Amino acid sequence: MRAPLRRVAIAVLVLFGLLLANANYVQVVQARSLQRNPNNGRVLLQEYQRQRGPIVVGGRDIARSTKTNDALKYRRTYPDGKRYAAVTGFYSFVYGATAIERTNNSILSGTDDRLFVKRVADLLTGRPRQGAAVVLTIDRKAQEAAASALGDRRGAVVALDPRTGAILALVSSPSYDPTVLSSHNGRKIRAAYQQLLADADSPLLNRATNATYPPGSLFKVVTAAAALSSGRYTPDTRVPAPQTLDLPQTSRTLGNFGGETCGDGRTETVAHALQISCNTAFAGIGLALGADTLRAQAEKFGLNASYQVPLTVSRSVFPTQVDEPQTAYAAIGQFDVRVTPVQAAMIAAAVANHGTLMKPYLVREVKAPDLSTFDVAKPAALGQAVSPQVADQLTGMMKLVVEQGTATSARIPGVSVAGKTGTAQHATGAAPHAWFIGFAPADSPQVAVAALVEDGGELGSEATGGRVAAPIARAVMEAVLGR
Amino acid sequence: MTVLAIDAVPGRRRRGVELAMLLFAVLVVAAAYVNVGYAHDGTVPPDVLRYAAGLGGLFLVGHLAVRLVAPYADPLLLPSVALLNGLGLVLIHRLDLGSADRARQLGRSLPRSDAPLQLLWTAIGVGLFVAVLVVVRDHRLLQRFTYTAVAVGLALLLIPAVLPARFSEVNGARIWIRVAGLSFQPGEVAKIALEIFFAGYFVAKRDLLSLMSRRVAGIDIPRGRDLAPVVVAWLGSLAVLVVERDLGTSLLFFGIFIAMLYVATQKVSWVAIGALLFAAGAFGAYHLFGHVRTRVDIWLHPFDYASNQGYQLVQGLFGLANGGIFGTGLGQGRPDIVPFAKSDFITTTIGEELGLVGLMAVLVLFLLIVERGLRAALGVRDDFGRLLGTGLAFGFALQVFVVVGGVTRLIPLTGLTLPFLSYGGSSLVANWALVALLLRVSDAARRPSAQPAAPAPERSTTEPVAGTAATAATAQTQVFPR
Repeated sequence: MRAPLRRVAIAVLVLFGLLLANANYVQVVQARSLQRNPNNGRVLLQEYQRQRGPIVVGGRDIARSTKTNDALKYRRTYPDGKRYAAVTGFYSFVYGATAIERTNNSILSGTDDRLFVKRVADLLTGRPRQGAAVVLTIDRKAQEAAASALGDRRGAVVALDPRTGAILALVSSPSYDPTVLSSHNGRKIRAAYQQLLADADSPLLNRATNATYPPGSLFKVVTAAAALSSGRYTPDTRVPAPQTLDLPQTSRTLGNFGGETCGDGRTETVAHALQISCNTAFAGIGLALGADTLRAQAEKFGLNASYQVPLTVSRSVFPTQVDEPQTAYAAIGQFDVRVTPVQAAMIAAAVANHGTLMKPYLVREVKAPDLSTFDVAKPAALGQAVSPQVADQLTGMMKLVVEQGTATSARIPGVSVAGKTGTAQHATGAAPHAWFIGFAPADSPQVAVAALVEDGGELGSEATGGRVAAPIARAVMEAVLGR
Repeated sequence: MTVLAIDAVPGRRRRGVELAMLLFAVLVVAAAYVNVGYAHDGTVPPDVLRYAAGLGGLFLVGHLAVRLVAPYADPLLLPSVALLNGLGLVLIHRLDLGSADRARQLGRSLPRSDAPLQLLWTAIGVGLFVAVLVVVRDHRLLQRFTYTAVAVGLALLLIPAVLPARFSEVNGARIWIRVAGLSFQPGEVAKIALEIFFAGYFVAKRDLLSLMSRRVAGIDIPRGRDLAPVVVAWLGSLAVLVVERDLGTSLLFFGIFIAMLYVATQKVSWVAIGALLFAAGAFGAYHLFGHVRTRVDIWLHPFDYASNQGYQLVQGLFGLANGGIFGTGLGQGRPDIVPFAKSDFITTTIGEELGLVGLMAVLVLFLLIVERGLRAALGVRDDFGRLLGTGLAFGFALQVFVVVGGVTRLIPLTGLTLPFLSYGGSSLVANWALVALLLRVSDAARRPSAQPAAPAPERSTTEPVAGTAATAATAQTQVFPR
């Protein structure tokens, strides 16, 4: 009996060997793929067991984790949540995370590989693992100015530092309170979320980064840039500016805003055409340059590409298939040309920064829980949108727009401001979107802004970019400049 | 191979070692308890001393019983079991905290805490352990009850099958007796009864079962009519599978039967025949029964069933992955997400919070108990004891293999409890009785040969003094058969 008994003992060893090997396989080899499995709700749950790092603006937390008594040990709260919702997003155990909460999750939750050394140190010292702080480029005063200037109107405001691409303000309206969605009460979260989804004004949509609009007349800056860069035009070149422009290949005509005449109704300088936002002049320039030239210039300003700032900025579009009448409309920012407010701000910023387009970014630095900085954003150029000479010419023309053109409401006493309005038709019978892009001070820019108000806001069909959007941009520029 | 060797120095009692290791086990358990409390509330649980003293006192009673009535028993078994039992209590307490937290969050009324009840069952288990040691002074006593054991075992197995489903069915498996809020898994007790039966039966019949008529391809083929017991056992296992819908119990009983038959007859052909029958049964069951097919499909493609029948397995795997190598730490994971984490799936709680390291340690602890049990079987001088020891130890090993293998997706999932760790009174109490029997066998195996040895029956003197073999053969001597 002893020999078979020994074999039984060996069989038991083999069985346990299989169990041990399999446990190693599951917990080590398969572990990563199991943790990435879309069915795995545990990873998020586990994040709640650690103190998540704060999101910081100007030395103050705009998102922070506080200890609770329930199973999810930390609760995310957003002081002043509504004002920063477009930037922070929410952090919900039902609906996941959005915006910075999502894009910088590994830093905030402390799982990022860059935090590895710190994690090992925490393990050795027995300190509970903690997330790192994400410090944003947002200028608190600019953000507050943008939010209050925009008010309840549907729209968005984006402000950039043209020299670096740092995003100084990013507001989308209407907004929502992320604190409710980040609570620990599943029923309340669902109810609040469903209500936001049902809202016709789509408060969950980030209009600054993820909505595209026809740019209207502000696109004339791009058309002007293409014209000046072509060498065939200077700001003083006189171009045809009829009351209506006959469109080639059709019997239709293109007119000016409100059916007005530009100047004498025959010709205009390029500069003055921009100042008074003359449609026929720029449509004519567009036709003369051709769609390919316009598209190339638009792409140099950043259109037809999407960006991670690290929020994903949707692709702004200059269409690929454009016939001649469509080119005329595209040159004045109509037809299928569409831009996000971030893209609009990038156009202003590139002109302001002597033609160099900087990549927009929202995260200035990452700070470990002991406040040691270990990752600082390095500004990066996306490319040269226009030459410094052309940028200077455009700046001069845009200063005239503010000083004595369509955007006089953007004027700031003692500061020279450059800008361009846009009043974009987008649907028959609907009030136009009101736009303004601009920067200040014009000679050494510190801030570039884009402001958009959907459907003209409270002025409706009476709205123009100059009346509705320019004052918002002015408030933001004043806030950044400390005026 | 050293683990399999018989003790080089028989006759050493080593009860002091046992006591020291018991103390260590209680310390480990108390530390784990403090760890859970600290992770959950940030404070040391105020009742830790009371808890450790209570548990220690309980195990001390077990230790004293061993010291008095089984002084030569293996000193490693009781501390290993105590450690597992204590760890199980801490894990169940930890899961209680988890479900209470969840109920609080959802605003529901707090669920009943299971740990206090499990502690009560531990006390009952230790009581039964002492009772078995005291009553069964010699394991050969049990041989007389060979046929009583089979009657009891089969009856226990049959009750849930006969009872209406509402009294016996939990999660599709009809292996329970549920009356008045109490539930009882008779299979756990049936397992021991049938092990006693198999041991007695094979001792009586092994000469017959060893007869082989022909030799084909190097394997001895038994005579047709001698196949009858195997076929009966096989059909019985299949009946368990079909009627009670429990893959685990079915596989467990058939495996124990074949292993004991093999050890009794020394014929590899029985293992081959058993394997063939098992393969045929598994194949047939797969094609005939939907619930078996589903189990296999979930095993092969768990993520296709992630939100329905495979939810438990998949969540368990996520828990194991979450634990990784070192685990989240006690009280810091979310093992309560896995349904039935306290019973069948306690393995994933260990894997998640104590990590691969902790899970392997627990498995090695189980292996230690099994190999020590087999060593007792190897050392004991009578055939009945040898077979009984084999059955008890191998059955224990197979149960651990089936449940841990099922939870970690090595084999299809079945419904068995993990001995000493899982929540459940019947399992805990039955396993304490099982360990008492193993200790009884090991006491006989390690008793100095100066003491009466097989085939002469062993005396059940409580404190044998070396060289006093002559001190009175008692009336007990005659009760043993053979």
